[in-house]
Amino acid sequence: MVRHILSATVLAALLAGGAWAKTDITLGMQLEPPHLDPTSAAAAAIDEVVYANVYEGLTRFTSDGSVVPGLAESWEIADDGLSYTFKLRRGVLYHDGATFGADDVKFSLDRARVEDSTNAQKALFAAIDSVNVIDDATVEITLTKPNGALLFNLAWGDAIIIDESDASALETTPVGTGPFKFSNWVQGDRVELVKNPDYWGDPVALDKATFKFISDPTAAFAAMMAGDVDAFPVFPAPENLAQFEADPRFTVLVGSTEGETILSTNNKAGPFVDVRVRKAVAHAIDRQAIIDGAMFGYGTPIGSHFAPHNPAYVDLTANSTYDPELSKKLLTEAGYADGFTTTLKLPPPSYARRGGEIIAAQLRAVGIQTEISNLEWAQWLEEVFRGKDFGLTIVSHTEPMDIGIYARPDYYFQYDDAVVQAMISGLDAITDPDDRTEVLQALQERISENYVNGYLFQLAKTGVANAKIQGLWQNSPTQANDLTGVSWAE
Amino acid sequence: MRALVLGGLLAAVFVAAAAVSFVWTPGDVTAVDIANRLQPPGGSYPLGTDHFGRDLVSMVMVGARVSIAVALVAVGIGMGLGVPLGLAAAATRGSWLDEVIMRGNDLVFAFPALLIAILITAVFGPSALNAIIAIGIFNVPVFARVTRGAALSLWTREFILAARVAGKGRIRISVEHILPNVANLLIVQGTIQFSLGILAEAGLSYVGLGAQPPTPSWGRMLAEAQTMISFAPHLALVPGLSIVLMVLGLNLMGDGLRDLLDPRVRKARA
Repeated sequence: MVRHILSATVLAALLAGGAWAKTDITLGMQLEPPHLDPTSAAAAAIDEVVYANVYEGLTRFTSDGSVVPGLAESWEIADDGLSYTFKLRRGVLYHDGATFGADDVKFSLDRARVEDSTNAQKALFAAIDSVNVIDDATVEITLTKPNGALLFNLAWGDAIIIDESDASALETTPVGTGPFKFSNWVQGDRVELVKNPDYWGDPVALDKATFKFISDPTAAFAAMMAGDVDAFPVFPAPENLAQFEADPRFTVLVGSTEGETILSTNNKAGPFVDVRVRKAVAHAIDRQAIIDGAMFGYGTPIGSHFAPHNPAYVDLTANSTYDPELSKKLLTEAGYADGFTTTLKLPPPSYARRGGEIIAAQLRAVGIQTEISNLEWAQWLEEVFRGKDFGLTIVSHTEPMDIGIYARPDYYFQYDDAVVQAMISGLDAITDPDDRTEVLQALQERISENYVNGYLFQLAKTGVANAKIQGLWQNSPTQANDLTGVSWAE
Repeated sequence: MRALVLGGLLAAVFVAAAAVSFVWTPGDVTAVDIANRLQPPGGSYPLGTDHFGRDLVSMVMVGARVSIAVALVAVGIGMGLGVPLGLAAAATRGSWLDEVIMRGNDLVFAFPALLIAILITAVFGPSALNAIIAIGIFNVPVFARVTRGAALSLWTREFILAARVAGKGRIRISVEHILPNVANLLIVQGTIQFSLGILAEAGLSYVGLGAQPPTPSWGRMLAEAQTMISFAPHLALVPGLSIVLMVLGLNLMGDGLRDLLDPRVRKARA
């Protein structure tokens, strides 16, 4: 009898429990971060765990890419554009109990700017001349020249604010001011975050968040189907999305990312020095076939290195229409009537591996033979990105507003163009939005008409989530899985 | 005998398909035709098409060619190096040469073959050639041991004694008398190693260390089919069954040949 009463109680408890909304979430990610310090590495996976969750900066990105106040409550810009005065939030505590203040802002930004800084995006801070503490809640940043992008730059994960005493151990024990505290990292499996009860802003709905790392797309599919993972913000196999869409348990979130997926061309290697050859490559490529074949239809064609959802975007796909005849003609003009052979080095993502096979077939049709080699990320970084030992490669450039890489002749695709360099160095000084747009559009056109790289498509953010989860980012304006607005529907 | 015929037929189908693929395939295995991708088997594509719209019949044919070529050359390497080593070891039984050869064999044998194959291709880069070398190296000790074992028992036989009395040297005896008498065993072993070579090649190309795209290979076809297995199962079934049937055929053939050629088995039967 006792047992019956007990089981009835348990049953009632279970039923009651079912009516309450869940307060924990498990997110799947394909890549595990190498460590958890966004100020010392470029790996997107770091920000995808900690951005906006554990760490915050003076400003931050929202899901639509706009920049809003973060740890800075408000700011004033001097008329000459050379000084920014930030009013900081008061009563903000770090996870270890220390108090956030103006000193931390100075420390963090100075640390990122110094000569031997390991920050992966030092260019973000290049315009800063000095960071001055006015009082405990006020910081002034002075610039060497006006920089219209400063507030945008400070929103990056590389510009987060940290406490000096925590700085050395951030890689394994991140301490920030965000709504979640770091709790545990099981290497090779998962990172766990728990709610920060002392958070200064609106309290988050979740008590616990787990980031689970599943590199194999088949295992990712199985984990979603079995409910082991509640959401996969960037699902690695676009071919499976149709099945998730047909299943009422799931929603598929298709949004935009900052990932310009390009056929990177070594502008200093062999035939590619000749712009006619690069143009021939551009006209040999059938973008739609690549989007359909490699991404199962997800992706927006691009004709230059710029995100289509950006207001300053110009559609330049007409510069490189699919025209194999024109391509062959250009090759003949350039002296390669019989074609040539080059290398095509592919990193692991399916857009590169599958896209590479399709591009190889399309290039073969105009006489360009490619030797494909499939590389792991470490090899790719070593041979292609650092070693510049390649003819062609395919990669998605996922940083926001990264057209500045075209002004760096030592960047891996080695494009050296004084006109573009002048335009980009001039861009920083322009604060008027209309003038900026004009220069940005001229830049897109210049790059497109010089056929620096083969421009393929803007990577789509294809996420899968349990249908009851609300508030996940649909788009990916920066590398992040912001959980501050995420909750379970009842 | 029935096993030999059945196995031989199965293997012959694939060998024939591979041979034909040199001059003709139903479709182009390197052309991409997105409009016709993921067609189910039937109609103008008897086995369907893959995610790039390539005809699977053609891919299996060319894939067979790659598999057979890799396995064949690997067996060739194994025999070419292993048999002379085995003969030499047997001819100098108990000497330092015998010891060096056999302990060297033990060393290679002690490593898991696939692991070393992965190591070799990781160091020298993935390609069909490196896969051949990796698989070939591991065939050497197999053939050396089989040869030595069989040769040792022959060295005690009267006809070898007669040859020695007649003044023939060890090398001549090995080549003229030992080798022909171990050939049967080597053929049987070769068939089995051949099927293992097919499996090893499929395994290596499954993890991306075999023949590189666009050359089709059965292992990579399987790997690429993985995420699509729930809506296009033929993509995995076609290369998977090809591997199974080919390896089954070779193993049946090996068994059949052993029954036919191996004197010990033949005696037991009689």
